[in-house]
Amino acid sequence: MTQETILIGLAGVLASAAPVIFAVLGETLSERAGVINLSMNGTILLSAMGGFAAAYNTDNIVLGFLAGMLIGALVALVVAFASITLKQSQVAVGFVLALTCRDLSYFLGNPYMGEPGPRLQAAPIPVLGEIPILGQLFFRQDAITYLSFISIFLAWLWIFRTRPGLMLQGIGEKPAAAFIRGANVNLMRYVYTVIGGALIGLAGPAYSLAIRAGWMGTISGLDGIGWIALSITIFGGWNPSRAAFGAYLFAFLQWLGLVLQPVFTQVPSQVLQVAPFPLMILTLLLVNIGNAEWVERTLAAMPETTRKILSKALRAMRASPPSALGVPFESE
Amino acid sequence: MLKGRGGGFLFQLIALLLAFGFVSLILLSVNASPVDAYKNMFTGSFGSMRKFAEVLVAFVPLLLVTAGLLVTFSSGLWNIGVEGQVVLGAIATTWVFRYFLESSLHPAVIITLAILGGMIGGAIWASFTGLLKVFGGVNEIFGGLGLNFVSTALTIYLIFGPWKRPGVASMSGTVPFPAEFSLSQLAELRISPWALGIALVGIVIVYFILQGTYFGLRLKAVGKNFRAAYLLGIPTWQYSMYSFLICGALAGAAGAMQVAAVYHRLIPSISSGYGYLGLMVAMLINYKAVFAIPVALFFAALNIGSIQLPILMKLDSSLSGVLQGVLVLFVLLAEGARQKFSKKA
Repeated sequence: MTQETILIGLAGVLASAAPVIFAVLGETLSERAGVINLSMNGTILLSAMGGFAAAYNTDNIVLGFLAGMLIGALVALVVAFASITLKQSQVAVGFVLALTCRDLSYFLGNPYMGEPGPRLQAAPIPVLGEIPILGQLFFRQDAITYLSFISIFLAWLWIFRTRPGLMLQGIGEKPAAAFIRGANVNLMRYVYTVIGGALIGLAGPAYSLAIRAGWMGTISGLDGIGWIALSITIFGGWNPSRAAFGAYLFAFLQWLGLVLQPVFTQVPSQVLQVAPFPLMILTLLLVNIGNAEWVERTLAAMPETTRKILSKALRAMRASPPSALGVPFESE
Repeated sequence: MLKGRGGGFLFQLIALLLAFGFVSLILLSVNASPVDAYKNMFTGSFGSMRKFAEVLVAFVPLLLVTAGLLVTFSSGLWNIGVEGQVVLGAIATTWVFRYFLESSLHPAVIITLAILGGMIGGAIWASFTGLLKVFGGVNEIFGGLGLNFVSTALTIYLIFGPWKRPGVASMSGTVPFPAEFSLSQLAELRISPWALGIALVGIVIVYFILQGTYFGLRLKAVGKNFRAAYLLGIPTWQYSMYSFLICGALAGAAGAMQVAAVYHRLIPSISSGYGYLGLMVAMLINYKAVFAIPVALFFAALNIGSIQLPILMKLDSSLSGVLQGVLVLFVLLAEGARQKFSKKA
């Protein structure tokens, strides 16, 4: 493989991770506030279909992206209403929405199957795009990929470097304390769930109007991405930069699977495509196992030096969810 | 679904009407007549004995999966991995059949072994989710989902790899088994009374485990309050594992039925999404075994009835999934509204 093809491949990895980045950031914001939006898999499909339909009918690609965000926000609003106002199980409502939105996208998307539609073009940035290697990787992408880069930074900045972001952390960790500090916990949860939903909704059109332009119904290959994005959120430990790393790692592994295809000719292509899933289970195991009680007991029985190294490694990988994740808040 | 407590029935009824109203609006938005759509779905599932037999074919795995999920839900577990447990049941059943292909054993013995094999396969696959949960701290939703995708890959690998048809491997599945390996069917109809019987026995057993045994009581105690159950001396993690194993065995039986009574071979989409649909049924019946039979039958009828839609009305058959999902969603919302009102009153 030449350096040129590798660079093109890696630039493709950055672009194809963009939708997952939006989804993971949206879910991170929502879960930081204490609400699990399990509908993600359906939301991405419905917003991909809706975004494509809107852009197709209006011939305006920006409207397509906005439609996707609106769909994501509306689905998230249902999750918020059911879980915050009606105090129903977030998992139950989210799961039902994940299936329903998926089927709805197939049902409503039927007339758009295989239709050629608008597609976002690459927009190389002058000067920066000319830089060797870096320019090709980062500055000859399309607008939505640039937006994904910026979003990672903005989300990180918001959560860890601003006052409202600090409050957001409090709402997910210790809602009672945040309430005493004057935060309207349930209102903020609504706001973050809906904003997070809009970001998740951006992932759909990022596929149907850019990376895999068009709507192909059940063979779009989008079914399942939302579930992967959910586990990347956990892998990311509810931290935008670590979550983004997870998304890029996932895109890289998928690309690697494609590149390695000719090497492992006996393995059917469908098998390599699911290679990320066992890896996902493995990473979840690594991230979570440090929390298990038996690990602590085993570690305690080990000799000093081994224990230190092992527990340090486990701590580096460990991620704990916001303590109030999934727990309804009542002010009285 | 039909919860008797203070006005609960009224809320359920409103939810039902709202759900059908909402889906009717969706149909109107694509210029389709809701009345025609519902009518076609009804005649598509109950219009003739043959069609009703198809409904029962879908009802069997759905009821078995629902029965299994009632056990995991009772112990407070969200066994999304049930879909993969159905798949592994089917794979294990296929494996047993292949193993005895040349054997001189009586076919009835082989079929029995194949179904037991399917149940063991499903239970082993469920135990992976359970072990990840109990010893690895991996939430059963994510462990289960990941294993679902792995199970699909495993099916495709087997069909295109070690178990491929002589000549060209294809998406149509493995070589069909000889006729004596299939559960006997009614004349002219595809439904096997044996399969139907197994499904009904499954739900009855689960009903009695949950309602009438000490084991069921402790299982529910673990589900209601894990910590309190632990302090009371119930070996909580063992109970979590038991419920995964029971659910996996029932889901595996569903997969075995798909192979032994429906497809007579392993195909890529052997589970047909019945695992996920079973989760919806379990939610709709509010995790109560008594309502499992009518609601599973209704959902199976929607699935079969919707097959007519692309032919008669040029609508996508995913309408059944939309209707099922919207129904469960509105019932969940109505339950929330009921709790809110009854608290205020």
